[in-house]
Amino acid sequence: MAKSIDVTDLDIYYGDFKAVEGVTMTIKAKSVTAFIGPSGCGKSTFLRSLNRMHEVIPGARVEGKVMVDGQSLYDPSIDPVEVRRRIGMVFQRPNPFPTMSIYDNVLAGNRLNARRLGRAEADAIVEKSLRGANLWNEVKDRLGKPGMGLSGGQQQRLCIARAIAVEPEVLLMDEPCSALDPISTAAIEDLIHELKSSYTIVIVTHNMQQAARVSDDTGFFNLKAAGQPGHLVEFNPTKTMFTNPENESTEAYISGRFG
Amino acid sequence: MTTADVTMQTHSLPLHRLRLPQYAVPMVMGTAVVVAALLGLLLGWGWVPMAIVAILLTDVALPLWSRLVEGRRAAVDRLVTALIWTALVCALAPLAWLLIKTLASGIPAINGHFLTHNMVQQLDPVTFKTMPGSGVVHALLGTLLVTLGATIISVPVGLMTSVYLVEYGRGRPIARVITLLVDVMTGIPSIVAGLFALALFSVFFGVGTRMGVMGSIALSLLMIPTVVRSAEEMMRLVPGDLREASYALGVPKWRTILKVVLPTSIGGIITGVMLAISRVIGETAPLLVAVGSIDVTNTNLFSGRMQTLPVFIMTEYQTSTPAGYRLAWGGALLLIAIVMVLNLAARIIGKIFAPKTGH
Repeated sequence: MAKSIDVTDLDIYYGDFKAVEGVTMTIKAKSVTAFIGPSGCGKSTFLRSLNRMHEVIPGARVEGKVMVDGQSLYDPSIDPVEVRRRIGMVFQRPNPFPTMSIYDNVLAGNRLNARRLGRAEADAIVEKSLRGANLWNEVKDRLGKPGMGLSGGQQQRLCIARAIAVEPEVLLMDEPCSALDPISTAAIEDLIHELKSSYTIVIVTHNMQQAARVSDDTGFFNLKAAGQPGHLVEFNPTKTMFTNPENESTEAYISGRFG
Repeated sequence: MTTADVTMQTHSLPLHRLRLPQYAVPMVMGTAVVVAALLGLLLGWGWVPMAIVAILLTDVALPLWSRLVEGRRAAVDRLVTALIWTALVCALAPLAWLLIKTLASGIPAINGHFLTHNMVQQLDPVTFKTMPGSGVVHALLGTLLVTLGATIISVPVGLMTSVYLVEYGRGRPIARVITLLVDVMTGIPSIVAGLFALALFSVFFGVGTRMGVMGSIALSLLMIPTVVRSAEEMMRLVPGDLREASYALGVPKWRTILKVVLPTSIGGIITGVMLAISRVIGETAPLLVAVGSIDVTNTNLFSGRMQTLPVFIMTEYQTSTPAGYRLAWGGALLLIAIVMVLNLAARIIGKIFAPKTGH
């Protein structure tokens, strides 16, 4: 099921602007990989390049190699739509579909792709995904209500349920807790721990403690200077990273002495 | 020493200010109305000059009184408020007048016979007298059919144009050209649209062809820019987040547009289409040129002349007879009623389809 991702020498551009430079790393299957670093250093850009969401922005392009399951994601024969079906994504701001009920939001990935589902099968997927996202008990009595009526934390978990309902191999999370309170954050971190057993998870976070709590490996991104492309400074097991970092600037960033 | 002065002295922070009493506005307005009415009665004015004088008096008196009591800032506030209300009255008065006039003149014309007959003279089988048709049903059907035809042509074209502009053409030269052309199209004089339809059909069917569908085409030329503009605005309002959420679920772009972008903006798009329909349903010139005028009921869009409400109103008015005027006002009332029903329907449909917040 879960797949590992091998990235080799990846450069990411927005038009002529080089946003990220020379990233090489291996993201292990069935583990949590966290990216930390200052704002604007290209963490999110890099994350979006892992399921070809990057190219949704006009003028954006990528050079280098991203290998998933022995296939190069940026090979011309690869269908980006198929890639995104295998590699799901959860965004910084919760974005449930406003026209759909909670039930339909969870099934959106299936319904929008016109997959025919029997009533029983659909019910099973909804329950499984909502349970997976730790939301089932809160919403099971109001599945027909609009998804926008939930609280921010519930909406974010609904988005996670929606992402895992299509059973992707990899789940990318772009600062999933940045808009949430500590309790919702704890709920989502618990969820990440549970999801780890069946999915490969990559998470971008600004919260160092969160990276330390949930991840197995951590990558630290930084900028050489303003206007310069971001680059991967250090990629190591989280334990090493937070106790004995190889790089001086990693240590400075983690301990709060940034720069 | 007044009470206000006392309060001012007892507090170190001067938060108090003399204000006009709460009844100041109705009092000034009432006085102005009375003064204007007296002046009018004395000088023998009609009620329109009286109303204008009353409004002007209010606009002058209220700020002046405020200047004396409240000070400069409050006086300016009162003046601008009064001017804005005056502008509102100026804008609404013609509308109210038009509605009242149309209702008063149109209601006597509307009866069962008017709504069920066309204008063909009939022979009474008993008395053998000819009876004028004096009905509107042929024009009503014609207007509905021609406008329906225009809608069927304009909505797909307009919607697809705006989908291209919003989802695919962003920043491309061709999109800019299309936007420019749509803007130019907005300004086409309606009679030119009618002449275009006439010229187009005379190429294929010979000079002198008249068909309902020609009117539909002429009207769709006027409708398309409105539909494109409103649909474009509505689709731009759909947050990019939703599109990305859909892409991230592995949904192709075309299904994202069809299943996420359009449903999210459908309420506004329907309202825009309804407004576009209201705009063209009253067009006279292009229909007169392209569809012509006729007294019998013709419900076939693809064969021969058809009568439409605006043209009906015009031809009846041109008869310059009391009966003709009565029919023209009846038709006008019917046309306004259709537009109002369409607008109400647009609001209701927009409400039904609007994204639900769940609060």
